[in-house]
Amino acid sequence: MTTEAPIKATSAPTPATTPTKRVLRKFFANPVAIGGLVVILIFVLTALITGICALFGIYFPYDPNATNLAIKLNPPSAAHWLGTDNLGRDVFSRLLNGSYISLSVGFVAMAVSLLLGVVIGAVSGYYGGWIDNILMRIVDALLCFPSFFLILTAVALLGPDIRIIILVIGLLSWTGTARLVRAEFLTLRETEYVRAARALGQRTWPIIFRHILPNAFAPIFVTAVVGIPDAILIEAGLSFINLGVQPPQATWGNIITDGRSYLLDAWWLIVFPGLAIFLAALSFYLVGDALRAATTTRQQSK
Amino acid sequence: MLNFILRRLAISSVLIFIISIISFLMIILAPGGPNPWGELNPKITPQVKEMFRKKFHLDRPIHEQYFLNMRDLFTGRLKSIKDERPVISRILERLPATLTLNLYAISISLIFGLLWGVWAARHAGTTADMLSSMGAFALIALPGFWVAYLILIGLVNFAGVPVLGTQSYGIEFPSFANLWLDRLWHVVLPGTILALGGIAVQSRYIRATVLEAMNEDYIRTARAKGLPEETVFYKHALRNAVRPLITGIGSLLPALIGGSLIIETIFAYPGMGRLGYEAVLERDYPTLVALNFVVAALILLGNLIADVLYAVVDPRVRLE
Repeated sequence: MTTEAPIKATSAPTPATTPTKRVLRKFFANPVAIGGLVVILIFVLTALITGICALFGIYFPYDPNATNLAIKLNPPSAAHWLGTDNLGRDVFSRLLNGSYISLSVGFVAMAVSLLLGVVIGAVSGYYGGWIDNILMRIVDALLCFPSFFLILTAVALLGPDIRIIILVIGLLSWTGTARLVRAEFLTLRETEYVRAARALGQRTWPIIFRHILPNAFAPIFVTAVVGIPDAILIEAGLSFINLGVQPPQATWGNIITDGRSYLLDAWWLIVFPGLAIFLAALSFYLVGDALRAATTTRQQSK
Repeated sequence: MLNFILRRLAISSVLIFIISIISFLMIILAPGGPNPWGELNPKITPQVKEMFRKKFHLDRPIHEQYFLNMRDLFTGRLKSIKDERPVISRILERLPATLTLNLYAISISLIFGLLWGVWAARHAGTTADMLSSMGAFALIALPGFWVAYLILIGLVNFAGVPVLGTQSYGIEFPSFANLWLDRLWHVVLPGTILALGGIAVQSRYIRATVLEAMNEDYIRTARAKGLPEETVFYKHALRNAVRPLITGIGSLLPALIGGSLIIETIFAYPGMGRLGYEAVLERDYPTLVALNFVVAALILLGNLIADVLYAVVDPRVRLE
């Protein structure tokens, strides 16, 4: 009874710091990161709420697809905060409604490309040899294409359906992740614990997924965060060529596309949806960068 | 050095083979064949569809399709749906305009990226550096066409910067120098908007590389022997910025050419990007598919040049 207390005191580390806690503390000490995170949360919450409400036919403040030619191309006012478009639809309602689709495109496309990139990068880095050689030459070749051209061509040939758009963006933007994961695996597969697992007769897939992958989590997570705005920007670019998500479903990109015929008469059709894309993309990039800084263990000078 | 170049050439020829496979196999993606009329058009009889499949050799086994399509592209037998002209000449006639625009964009990306990156590395950790990196991400997050529209709405009404085409109207027989200055003047606005993201990406890359170099042993040695911090930074650390400067050529090109599709369309600039846009609108699939191949081949060439250039500057690379 009496001997137990001092032993406990020495064996337990005094401040409970785990690597995760250290990263989180470093991340939340960064005002830019907090700002970006808050903006992302606002966007995601708005998208979720309007998305769920839309399922029940509840729209705020107006029905995003209700046309009223009597009030077409009205500038921002108290009734229509961000003005109305050429069919008299409320731009603010369309922005809210579009946020659900635009963010979904970002998240799902990122998930698809992450899955592919991690599996291909892991196989390439773990096995090495000719498998690695073939996979990496394919990556090199894909990186020679401007990804926007390739995505656009695939969507043009397959038809601009939202599921196709998401899949094509995901299936054609995994190359960066694959290279990164491969590089991580190349160094991690030589570590003692992986050798030990192999020596103990552990099979390959458990080694890849249970031993190596968790240790490459930080950089993979960072690329995931940065992949979301990339996909959002690509969808907006596709909208420009009328190959994005098709009207009447609003997305941030196609509101701008619809509005460009009225470029010099109705600036609000261009400015506000662009601002939404810009703010969302910027927040994801800033949070991604802050995460990268917080998870980098190597000492930076100054 | 010759050995290195030969090795790079060998790898490049493997890559161009993979690139050609990827671009031509995209044709088989189209459900029901790459016809420009849509599935439900009642005027299109099965005979017309069959003719179209024949044109792309879709009635052959897949490996034969590939070789036949490649042969057709280079012999000019692959024709545009729009005007029945060989696809390859339609694409190559856009080459000068595209090269001018992208060379301009890549030059200012490299120059301003370098200046910005070096400045940021010198001031690393300060509030100014924090603001400048926020600014860099802001430039990356800007959708290019949105910026172009904002500028069209605002600035062009007041300043006389040309926003259309490659040449001014009304100049009938310009001298050679005048013609090129005029061309360049038309490149400035689209080229600058195109390069905004590239400048930002490049500045981040340079900043990171120089800062990483500041941790090296030879920097500690330089400091230990009492060199002033200025000399340590500008003479010893800054040399490392050469790497991002050269590899930047290869890594910036795909993004620039990808972005040029939108920017060239907005500014009615007759380059390859605009051709891609027209091809999508006209459902001109032969042009679209071949354009992917040509653009990727050009980027591969850019990468090859960057690699060789890098090996000239840094002899260590040749041995890898």
